[in-house]
Amino acid sequence: MSMSAEHAALEADPGHGGADEVRVSGRWVNVLRQMLATRRVIVGLACIVLLTAMAWIGPLFNPWEFGERDYSAFLQPPSPDHLWGTDDTGRDIFVNTMVGLQKSIVIGILVAVLSTFIAAVVGAFAGYFLGVTDRVLMWITDLALVLPSFLILAILYPALRDKGWVVFVILLAAFMWMVTSKMVRGMTISLKEREYVLAAHYMGVPAWRIIFRHIIPNMSSLLVVDATINVSAAIITETSLSYFGFGVQPPDVSLGSLIAAGSRSATTHPWLFVFCTGLLVVLVLAVNLIGDGLRDALDPQSKHRS
Amino acid sequence: MTGTEIQTSAAVEQRNGSAPVLEVSDLHVTFPGEGKGPDIRAVRGVGYSLRRGEILGIVGESGSGKSVSSLAAMGLLPDHARVTGSIRLHGEELLGLDDRRMSAKRGETISMIFQDPLSGLTPVYAVGDQIAEAVRVHNPAVSKAEAADRAVELLELVGIPNPAQRYRAFPHEFSGGMRQRVMIAIAIANGPDVIICDEPTTALDVTIQAQILEVLKTAQRETGAAIVMITHDLGVVAGLVDRMLVMYAGRPVEIGAVDDVYYRTRMPYTMGLLGSVPRLDDEEKAPLIPIRGNPPSLSALPSGCPFAPRCPLAIDACSEAEPELQPVGAEGHAAACVRTGEIEEHGWSAADVYPLPEASGAGSGQPPREYRETVLDVDGLVKHHPLMKGAVFKRRVGTVYAVDGISFEIAEGETLGLVGESGCGKSSTLMEILSLRTPQSGKVTVLGRESGRAGHRERFEIRRDVQVVFQDPMSSLDPRMQVFDVVAEPLRTHRHPRAGLRARVNELLTLVGLDPAHAARYPQEFSGGQRQRIGIARALALKPKLLVLDEPVSALDVSIQAGVINLLDDLKAELGLSYLFVAHDLSVVRHIADRVAVMYLGRIVEIGAADSLFSAPAHPYTQALLSAIPVPDPEKERTRSPIVLEGDLPSPASPPSGCRFRPRCPKFRTLSTAEQQACVDTEPGLNAVSQDDHGAACHYAEKRTVV
Repeated sequence: MSMSAEHAALEADPGHGGADEVRVSGRWVNVLRQMLATRRVIVGLACIVLLTAMAWIGPLFNPWEFGERDYSAFLQPPSPDHLWGTDDTGRDIFVNTMVGLQKSIVIGILVAVLSTFIAAVVGAFAGYFLGVTDRVLMWITDLALVLPSFLILAILYPALRDKGWVVFVILLAAFMWMVTSKMVRGMTISLKEREYVLAAHYMGVPAWRIIFRHIIPNMSSLLVVDATINVSAAIITETSLSYFGFGVQPPDVSLGSLIAAGSRSATTHPWLFVFCTGLLVVLVLAVNLIGDGLRDALDPQSKHRS
Repeated sequence: MTGTEIQTSAAVEQRNGSAPVLEVSDLHVTFPGEGKGPDIRAVRGVGYSLRRGEILGIVGESGSGKSVSSLAAMGLLPDHARVTGSIRLHGEELLGLDDRRMSAKRGETISMIFQDPLSGLTPVYAVGDQIAEAVRVHNPAVSKAEAADRAVELLELVGIPNPAQRYRAFPHEFSGGMRQRVMIAIAIANGPDVIICDEPTTALDVTIQAQILEVLKTAQRETGAAIVMITHDLGVVAGLVDRMLVMYAGRPVEIGAVDDVYYRTRMPYTMGLLGSVPRLDDEEKAPLIPIRGNPPSLSALPSGCPFAPRCPLAIDACSEAEPELQPVGAEGHAAACVRTGEIEEHGWSAADVYPLPEASGAGSGQPPREYRETVLDVDGLVKHHPLMKGAVFKRRVGTVYAVDGISFEIAEGETLGLVGESGCGKSSTLMEILSLRTPQSGKVTVLGRESGRAGHRERFEIRRDVQVVFQDPMSSLDPRMQVFDVVAEPLRTHRHPRAGLRARVNELLTLVGLDPAHAARYPQEFSGGQRQRIGIARALALKPKLLVLDEPVSALDVSIQAGVINLLDDLKAELGLSYLFVAHDLSVVRHIADRVAVMYLGRIVEIGAADSLFSAPAHPYTQALLSAIPVPDPEKERTRSPIVLEGDLPSPASPPSGCRFRPRCPKFRTLSTAEQQACVDTEPGLNAVSQDDHGAACHYAEKRTVV
């Protein structure tokens, strides 16, 4: 999943590479090998795979459907019938949590990829062209940075509540790209001086193509790490917004809305609260572990000799 | 190895009557591989001994282990390096000393001068204090005032003008050459017995290099120290050192008195090295002798002689065992080659041993240049950068006169060498030409089309005819693209038919001497020389008329450099290309250029046919520049007296009035006051000094032979 940002960047690049060639990057194989050598990455990856599998496959093996109510069991603690218990309207907590987990994972990944992509494009264009382009783009970036995103999302929410979660993803991404785009801009300014960029310029390659062909791929390590770290940030933001009721709307559920529903009875009926909160912690932790490992593997500076 | 060592050091003792100061024997340095990677055996069995006042040159290409072996002597290797063997300073073993005891020796009895003087000095302390610190650290008894006095003395010794005032200056206020002088002052502060110089002049311009070498000689006279001079430049070694050690793949392959090594070379690698250097004193243009192949990886050395795969004399015995250093010929001369006997017997030299590349037919059969088409015409080109100050309200406080009205033209099939020291504006000139924008003033005409006037469409067309090859083969190729894509990029940009793409790329790769089968690899998998070839292939893809070469060989080792220069020569003859060749290495320019333009502070001071300009330069700056370049010939080098220029290049933001070279000009000082007035008042234009359009911008231009 961490590769998605790079693929997004590559796919956005028309005419990149011959159609007759298979790209096997020695560098990525190396990075992968290094990542797999660290235990925390293995743990993180295992957790993610497990959670994803659980979220999509788990409900298939559960006798209860999402939204189905068991009128013989309200607020029941975990039992063989209902593995993780039921809530006050007789819905199966396991199925509910799994569906919420699905949504949280999907939203997290989409938001991360989208925001990293916006950051890469805005930052690279600003850094490459400088001058007026830079000033306008950075003005927009600064504006977006100072706007209180939580407040704006809360205000926009009534207008967009019926448009579904895809709009929510776009909104979340719109408030997460700014810091990365500043980093990308800085890197672009230094990459721009590289001789291969000059060479491309002097052979007449148009600027937008230089950006997509030479500049963004050469920042992919930064972008991949950023996208990974953004995944956990996006999940947290999504959860907190949903918790306050500004995010995912019923009948859709996400981990945030589940936690919100469960928190009221956390002390009296802990199973309503513990499972979704625990999953959220595990999910964010796992993503961060992978992000850390990736950063270490891609950044030669952080390598330590054994 | 050890046997020879004892023999040579014994001989030295006999001759000199004194024990060696520094004795290194059977030194091995191994860096453990990362993870499960193989170990890197950087140094394998180096041994030499150094007596008082002697200068030893250690010569080798990058990765030959020359720096690592001296860092080991200083105890400066990282902790994970495994060092075995013996390094004795005045008979005391240095290996295995802990850092505290080693620190007492460093700077006191053994000191080091590094390549980069900028990172050698602490930016937040005044240079004088840094020298005084070096004095006091080893002699705590010396008072602060005494140390400061000593620092001023040392600054004066290394030739810093107004040392008492400059004591308070910070490193950033000094130029590279001045910083290196300060580094030398620190190194000699405590009168060490051994000074190790690790490429002390590589980062400097030739005229500054000549100054620094003079300072080193003075320093050596003053302290009587023995010097280990590590360098890749065979010219620097020739005039300076007494004995030299040639290293290859971590091993010493030849050691001996400098004359023996240069004139009675017994190891094929040394021969190749000497044969591949372009020489300033070469009258006729013979192709250089490249050594084929690349140095072996230090983590995967071949069994047997590491040079065997590249050696023209290799026989079966070479790959059986690694040859030891065997004494040959004169006393103290030893070479590590199984065929030294034969070489000695036949008196072979580089020209006999190495297969001579075919001479290219460049320049022959062409009409005189007046009748040829002009490919590039630069007329009065100006590039001034504004100098801004202030954070909030930027105001212009001055102008950097990077390029200040230069004119030249390049005819079809001609190579113009644009030379000058760093900061003279040669790169700015190049970028101005390549940008194809309207210059601030003047005209740039490429193939009859004026670049500023061209529309978007036409500019795209011009780009096809003008291509560029950059200096650094590491950064000029996109590390994320396969070689095929790199070479195909210009073709795709200029809508080359898709069907013929692969064939054309293969053709180009073959043309520059690469295997098309490697097209799917990434640039990192190639060596520096091969990458430069890829860069050339990319530049040739669109069949340009003019190739702009920005220091194309300065980042390469000499043995690799020769191959690339020969390739450029051949391509020119084959494809009828014109080159604009920008370089600071005049030996290379002499070899490749038909005409040469010398730049100084944004102006061309001398221009003319290469033969005429090199054999009899007329401008005092050109004369100084040429005389500052060391020639790889010990006897010649000893008899030459370089014209050492004083001071540094003035800032291009405030060039002197009149002639810009005046403050440093050796000729200016010999003139009478009346004659000097002309230099102060009027800036000289380019005046013809002979009929073959050789011009010099000097009021008192006078031809003189300096090489």
